[in-house]
Amino acid sequence: MSTLSFEGFGYRYPGAARPALSDVSLRVEPGEFVVLAGLSASGKSTLVRAACGLVPHFHGGEASGRVIVGGLDTREHGPGDIASVCGTLLQDPETQVVMGSVRAELAFPLENRGMRAAAVARGVEEAALALGIAELLDRSTHELSGGELQRVALGAALAGRPALVLLDEPTSQLDPVAGDELVWLLRRLNEEWGTAVVLAEHRLERCLGHADRVVVVQDGLIACDAPPAEMLAWAGDHAPALLTPSASLFEQAGLHPLPSGVKEARATLRERGLLRDPGDPVAAPEPVAAVRSGLRSRVRARRDTPDAALSAKGLWHELPGGRAVLRGVDLTFAPGERVALMGRNGAGKSTLLRHLAAVQEPTRGRVEACGRVALLLQNPGDYLLHERAGDEASAEALEIVGLASLADRHPRDLSGGERQRLALAIVLDGDESPAAVLLDEPTRGMDRAAKSELAGRLRAMACEGTAVLVATHDAEFAASVAQRVILLADGRPIADAPASEVLSGGWHFATETARVLGGDGGALTPSEGAELVRARLSVELAS
Amino acid sequence: MIYTRRASPLHAARAGVSAAYGAALISIALAFEHPAVLAAVAIAVLGGAALAGVGAQVARVARFALPLAMLIAIVNAIVVRDGLTVILRFGEIPPFGQVDVTLEALAYGALLGLRVVVVVLPFALVAATVDPDVVLRMMRRFSLRSALTATLATRMVPVLARDAQRMELARRCRPDGDLSTPRARLAVIRAVTSGALDRAVDVAATLELRGYATHTRTPRDRGEPWSRHDFGVGAAALALFALGIWGVASGVATLDAYPSFELTGGAGPWLFASAIALVALLPLTSRRGVEL
Repeated sequence: MSTLSFEGFGYRYPGAARPALSDVSLRVEPGEFVVLAGLSASGKSTLVRAACGLVPHFHGGEASGRVIVGGLDTREHGPGDIASVCGTLLQDPETQVVMGSVRAELAFPLENRGMRAAAVARGVEEAALALGIAELLDRSTHELSGGELQRVALGAALAGRPALVLLDEPTSQLDPVAGDELVWLLRRLNEEWGTAVVLAEHRLERCLGHADRVVVVQDGLIACDAPPAEMLAWAGDHAPALLTPSASLFEQAGLHPLPSGVKEARATLRERGLLRDPGDPVAAPEPVAAVRSGLRSRVRARRDTPDAALSAKGLWHELPGGRAVLRGVDLTFAPGERVALMGRNGAGKSTLLRHLAAVQEPTRGRVEACGRVALLLQNPGDYLLHERAGDEASAEALEIVGLASLADRHPRDLSGGERQRLALAIVLDGDESPAAVLLDEPTRGMDRAAKSELAGRLRAMACEGTAVLVATHDAEFAASVAQRVILLADGRPIADAPASEVLSGGWHFATETARVLGGDGGALTPSEGAELVRARLSVELAS
Repeated sequence: MIYTRRASPLHAARAGVSAAYGAALISIALAFEHPAVLAAVAIAVLGGAALAGVGAQVARVARFALPLAMLIAIVNAIVVRDGLTVILRFGEIPPFGQVDVTLEALAYGALLGLRVVVVVLPFALVAATVDPDVVLRMMRRFSLRSALTATLATRMVPVLARDAQRMELARRCRPDGDLSTPRARLAVIRAVTSGALDRAVDVAATLELRGYATHTRTPRDRGEPWSRHDFGVGAAALALFALGIWGVASGVATLDAYPSFELTGGAGPWLFASAIALVALLPLTSRRGVEL
């Protein structure tokens, strides 16, 4: 018997003009790892919600066909019953946890099933150990980070050891390290305990290597259901936005079959003699330029950029307890410059942006700007205060971000990408155009098409003379936007150099293309990598 | 106020017992108006909070309650016309008529204010020392809906507080982002409130997915054996209830506020109050077996 089966399932949300899902037929067998792929609003989340019974029991609307989960028909059983055979994890870690302590959170679903105290205690212990959260058991849930919250929520979903776990973009609100850890955890669950996994995810490169099958949802229909390699081949022809960076590199270079991960891509390139030997001095990446430090370099930097759009001089931010979040940061940004600010969580990226935008007071040092500085924070929804998009920003600002036609819509009815553009319009709005635009993690939860659109918009703004500074964990996005990359660690820059140097020479701070090519030629994006490979292919052909 | 487990007898005792201890103190504060008894309850709560490591949290709640206490004292002094000792004459003030402030009305108003603070304090102590998850679990046995509402509310408070902080910062990032005007603040409050509905729907969906609505009754286990702190705090709660009942029945601590303010009973009320403070604090001084 299949763990999950959809039979001709269709669904329309209450009041919606179009169905969110149409005639979906799909089976997930015990122990399978299935990835759901698709652009935003394609129907992935609705599919997950239909599998766990929230659709239609919680959301209402019209459903046709049937869904059977662990032998339970969702027409007869609601999410509470289905929870006994299937664990579910949704996007937002903040609303995935309902109790005050981690122990109570893990015990909660078991108690709801009427288990005895001893069985609950054992279930909690087992789930905590299996997911590596035993040390969090006696912590309060309000003290946890996003990644920890999401692991605890996964623990609660799995405490009853269900045969199936459904996950709706669980990494979209997490930083890349926490996101990767979560996906590895799922792989372990799948391999060691045979739990079937259905994972809806935008960043396919993160999970394709673990998947048995990839199901592509487009406009509410199943467009492709195949193993990763076949799905990539299909995507090359039908949905290029779904290609991973290494697959895109191969596609643009005319190499086939498309690889599902870095290891496979490197193996193919090496086999064909297109990858330089790591021992070859030509291939060795240049050491990343260290930050100029000391008085002389600071004076030189000031002399070099007399008309800086924005600069920080000796910027310190110390907390009342004495810990320093920023330690004497000296940075200068020229008009029209595109810069990415990278670093691990807690490195001080967000704090630096707030100081540069003058919404926070430094303990020491100062910020100078030759005009207004616009700051776009992580969650665009936080900017939306009115009932109409047109009331949030002026018509000119909406025009700039391409939202003029949606001025009469309610901001909360806009898609994620549209909300981001509206928030950008809000911060750009004003009598004077900003000297610098700062964006804090703008690509969280965005699909590749939306990221590409945002990158284009930022490049256009820089062309008009606005300095653009983006704090991001996303190396691919940084490569597509930035000319210069600053790595921040423990409150001070540890590298400040052209993107081609910083993002091609590291392990963590490197694009997938750079990892495939070993930093060769400073190629960062699939198109740059493909150009390099094509050049080598032509040399090979000529010889 | 957010519960955090600490090393103290009140935290170590089971939730039902600690809640009963708090209820005993509240019932005494409600049953008596003699200042000695109210002071004893206040000393017991503040002392207990200090011993439990939550003194600052409980004191903060007391500070919030003080303006209300002062308001009650002032209103009582203005509105009540009983009492023999007139200390202020305001003359004819519409719509109150002739307003004379008497010493008795002022003293009794102050006592009523003190009583409000003393009733609030044990609630704060319970909130800081009793695990809300366990209380919700107990409530659920009696009323699913109340427990569901309480669960949602408990979870939503910190979530919405963080939303409000982020929205305030976002508002400051707007070119028109001056937050000093009441209108701007109202806009943030309105946005947080409308966002609260979305948040509540998400939390409710999570509760569904965790099987909350199935409401399968958990079979009663024999449960954990009672610890020395369960016995100690439980015995104190029982003794406080017993003292309260005896005190009410015997009329040991009564007062006459009008026409003249008189504390009757000689040393009796003070001995009774001392007994309350002693019984309440005694089990909380034991530190054995309370390490985290």
